[in-house]
Amino acid sequence: MVLPYYVSPEQIMQDKAEYARKGIAKGRSLVAMEYRDGIILTAENPSTSLNKIWEIYDRIAFAGVGKYSEFENLRKSGVRYVDTKGYAYSREDVTAKSLANAYSQAIGSVFTQEVKPLEIEILVVEVGETNAENAMYHILFDGSISDRKQFAVIGGQAEEVTRFLRDHYRENSSLADALWLSQKALRVVENKPLSETNLEVAILDRNRPGRKFRRIPPAEIRDLMKSYL
Amino acid sequence: MILNTRYDGSSFFELLKVDYPYLLPTYEKGFSLPIENAVPVSHGTTILALRYQEGVFIAGDRRAVEGHQISSKTMEKVYKTDDYSAIAIAGAAGPAMDMARLFQTELEHYEKIEGERLTLEGKANRLAQMIRQNLPAAFQGLIVIPIFAGYDLKRKEGRIFKYDVVGGKYEETDYYATGSGGKDARNTMKKLYRKPLGEEEALKIVLEALIDASEEDAGTGGPDIIRDIYPNVKKITEQGIADIPEAPIAEICKAIIEGRRNQ
Repeated sequence: MVLPYYVSPEQIMQDKAEYARKGIAKGRSLVAMEYRDGIILTAENPSTSLNKIWEIYDRIAFAGVGKYSEFENLRKSGVRYVDTKGYAYSREDVTAKSLANAYSQAIGSVFTQEVKPLEIEILVVEVGETNAENAMYHILFDGSISDRKQFAVIGGQAEEVTRFLRDHYRENSSLADALWLSQKALRVVENKPLSETNLEVAILDRNRPGRKFRRIPPAEIRDLMKSYL
Repeated sequence: MILNTRYDGSSFFELLKVDYPYLLPTYEKGFSLPIENAVPVSHGTTILALRYQEGVFIAGDRRAVEGHQISSKTMEKVYKTDDYSAIAIAGAAGPAMDMARLFQTELEHYEKIEGERLTLEGKANRLAQMIRQNLPAAFQGLIVIPIFAGYDLKRKEGRIFKYDVVGGKYEETDYYATGSGGKDARNTMKKLYRKPLGEEEALKIVLEALIDASEEDAGTGGPDIIRDIYPNVKKITEQGIADIPEAPIAEICKAIIEGRRNQ
């Protein structure tokens, strides 16, 4: 009988983390930012149909970077989870906190139990009645979860983008200002101009009745950025 | 794991059937309701829909009855199902409200999973399948009869669908009413309907029909001027769905009643 080689658990985890990080590093960054009426999510995305930002529930949005099929799967299970919960209890009982925890557990157990970890990083954001009640959760490939205020960045070069935003972020900005700052932050790591043709933008606007999520169509992105050009 | 479901399609109803069957009403096994109403069950009464030039109105009275008792004066029978459609329900109130809520979640779920809305035809067919699922309950006397109305963004017109107990779906061209006072409301609309029909005129016909039904049918509630309870009316047009505010409804109802004073 051939004995398998011994590999320390520490080594296994390190290898997996490195593998996942490599996968995510290839992807482009994505920014979520609080503005006057809620939260704006901005990503560089040349595709008009393969979205990175999605509606989950009345006040909750989802954003993912990394392997498309993997975060798309997570998004769909998230929608199933919240719709079931909202149907069984009530719409007000669905919170980003419980969804983010469910994600964290699911992603964490894939990381420890499966051979291949998920090569993804996701954000679960929720708009509240005031900006103080907003919630933004950042979940990593190993299931580790952290909550953010003001802004959150995921993706390959998140650190640089975060550094830029730390210096430039202002509270209570208008939608146009927030969009302009978001794309400027993304451009720190992208060496090309960003316009309505390669930006994906969506907002959670607390002033909307019912479902707060809205995609900003290209024409509106152009209009919003016009005065800065 | 919470996020792992066996079902992985885009229907919420199917998801519940496969993974969370305990959330669906089960009337099939061992459930039987005494036919002679020993157990009182609330029933919703008159609902109707009417097409006009810009779209479609969908409306309902506010009364629910348990046998000969009035169980509610303020029941809501018209539900928004998404931005361009609504369902009105008559029949056993409990299962009917369940169905409306389930159908609403079904449409929203599909839209979120797929990233696009179902067509109006698609929504109408989905509802037919769900009514068919209710068939065992219908045999027990828990009959649910909905009207589904919406604005077809492709055809640029309002459309009305009616259903029978076995899930048969039929499209109505101009107007339809059902529930215990449905026949009376239909008669009124038949006499007053003409083309082309503007919004203001159409709303008058809707309320006229509901008031006629309340005068002929014991299960249908008329406008209650003392307590300010009036029928619910929603309109669906290219701009989406909107509630008709209570003030204009009250005004028209009062004018209709006043007109009948000397008849």
